[in-house]
Amino acid sequence: MVNQLVIENLKHRPVRTGLSILAIAFSVTLVLTIVGLSDGMLEESRDRARGAGADIVFRSPTASFGTGGGSAPLNQKLVPFLETQPHITMAAGVLIHSLQFPNSLHGIDLERSSRMAGGLRFIDGGPFQQESDIIVDEYYAREKKLKVGSKVALLNRDWTVRGIVESGKLGRMFVQLPVLQDLTSNPGRITQIYLKVDQPSNIAAVVADLKAKQPDYGVNTMEEVLSFFSADKIPQLGIFINVIVGISVAIGFVFVFLSMYTAVLERTREIGILKALGASPGFIVGILLRESLLLAFLGAITGIAFSFGTRYLFLAMIPASMQQKISPEWWPKALLIAMAGALLGTLYPGLKAAKQDAIEALSYD
Amino acid sequence: MTEQMVEIKGLTKLYRQGDVEVSALRGVDLQIAKGEFVAIVGPSGSGKSTLFNILGGLTPPTAGTVRLAGRDLLALSEGERTNLRKKTVGFVFQKYNLLPTLTAKENIDIARYIAGVNGETDAQFQETLKFLGLSSRLNHKPRAMSGGEQQRVAIARAIVNHPALLLADEPTGNLDTENSSLVLDLLRDLNRRLHQTIVMITHNPEAAAYADRIVHMRDGRIEPQPALL
Ligand SMILES: Nc1ncnc2c1ncn2[C@@H]1O[C@H](COP(=O)(O)OP(=O)(O)OP(=O)(O)O)[C@@H](O)[C@H]1O
Ligand SMILES: [Mg+2]
Repeated sequence: MVNQLVIENLKHRPVRTGLSILAIAFSVTLVLTIVGLSDGMLEESRDRARGAGADIVFRSPTASFGTGGGSAPLNQKLVPFLETQPHITMAAGVLIHSLQFPNSLHGIDLERSSRMAGGLRFIDGGPFQQESDIIVDEYYAREKKLKVGSKVALLNRDWTVRGIVESGKLGRMFVQLPVLQDLTSNPGRITQIYLKVDQPSNIAAVVADLKAKQPDYGVNTMEEVLSFFSADKIPQLGIFINVIVGISVAIGFVFVFLSMYTAVLERTREIGILKALGASPGFIVGILLRESLLLAFLGAITGIAFSFGTRYLFLAMIPASMQQKISPEWWPKALLIAMAGALLGTLYPGLKAAKQDAIEALSYD
Repeated sequence: MTEQMVEIKGLTKLYRQGDVEVSALRGVDLQIAKGEFVAIVGPSGSGKSTLFNILGGLTPPTAGTVRLAGRDLLALSEGERTNLRKKTVGFVFQKYNLLPTLTAKENIDIARYIAGVNGETDAQFQETLKFLGLSSRLNHKPRAMSGGEQQRVAIARAIVNHPALLLADEPTGNLDTENSSLVLDLLRDLNRRLHQTIVMITHNPEAAAYADRIVHMRDGRIEPQPALL
């Protein structure tokens, strides 16, 4: 019976109901998109790191993962040295130069890096031919609408796209190592070195050995490196997500508040009627609460649906810059966020309705 | 001595609006017997609706004693007055006051729901619906009904929980002659057939004539009964 009243009330004002649902959906979409982006981009970076095919990463102790920086703290002479160490079958140095977030340019020894990664798979074009050649991955090519032979301007230079490779290995943009070293005034220097070990069971021993021999460097297994690519390892990201959640609760709150507030004003007479029929203040607040929780529920569902839409948009328009993951484990949280906003928004209008004088309401003209 | 439904002695009501005090009732004495149909008439501002609101538990009295079905209204808490409205009184207003988003049937059902009554309505009520001429209009919303039909739904809603007292404030105020007499016939029938105690406020002497007794109000007081002819 009360549900009937709640549903009829919502149907009675379709525009207001629709706008409230959209507003709540918007805040839910915001949360899911931000969370999905942070998860998606981390996962993508992690996959690319894994795609390097290495077992161990050797780097300067001051370097941090996730960001390449512009730094090249290692001497590339370390590469042949490391390759002579027991159990190490291959070493490949890269120079990573950060461009506009989140992109970076990788200076590589194509033959070595490709061999370590199990081969870069060319979708179109092929290996470097000239110094000004660049190889890009398919996402970057799609986002920037590049084809083999296209020109790209990076680091004050024009590059020619020589090849397009499958995404998911090492990086998005590759140039030849010496060329990048030259351009960034880092002759003979590199950012990190990927190492391949003969057998997985030897990895731990090799790491221990390297740490002992080269105490001034950072030596990590790939597994350790990959574990850095998660939201809980990056405190700023957690704070950022909390801020977005807070904003979303606030948006939901404001819209539900406005919606319920106008509903209470509009229904002055109806609330008076219910009171004359003997409805208690709790009964009346209960109706408003159900109404706003229903709005929140519908808004959350719509918001979840919308998050598939934003994912589609990112994928269609900027696949190289932003990858959004669909995170179903966030759906219940999104619903709670919407409900929290709705409950807060109903508090004041609900109290106002409960206190309303039935006589004044009924003598309203 | 007949059993009294309403016993009012020295009832006063002061409305305070900022610094201004309005004395709406200035010492009302009135007794209404169980099963009586009383009409209250009087000029605008004489305090009729105020009396109605106090009897219905919509507003507390300032002073005096008001006993309704044996209970002292002055002593009731807010919650107890809510309960009084649930079970003991039924309201009919001038402006029908149906919930616009619900159908006629749902409007009646919600009164039962609030009073905590479940299940089907009793046979007597079904008969009343037939008598009200509403059986075929139950699934319409107020918007789709005439004023007369809406007021009949409001009456059905007011009596569905078998209140001890049916209160009606200008129930025919918005109706044409034909619908007015329909509603008034109905009230008189409820009174005769079911011994429903009714207090009806009206401006219209023809409407008042349907009642067993007419009470005149002026300036917040009951006028002395005119001598019987
Ligand atoms: N809520 C209120 N606040 C302040 N004054 C009020 C309030 N309700 C009624 N009054 C005043 O009390 C007096 C009696 O009003 P009441 O509504 O009882 O008269 P009435 O006999 O019903 O009049 P009418 O025939 O116009 O309906 C009037 O002077 C009115 O202005
Ligand atoms: Mg009045």
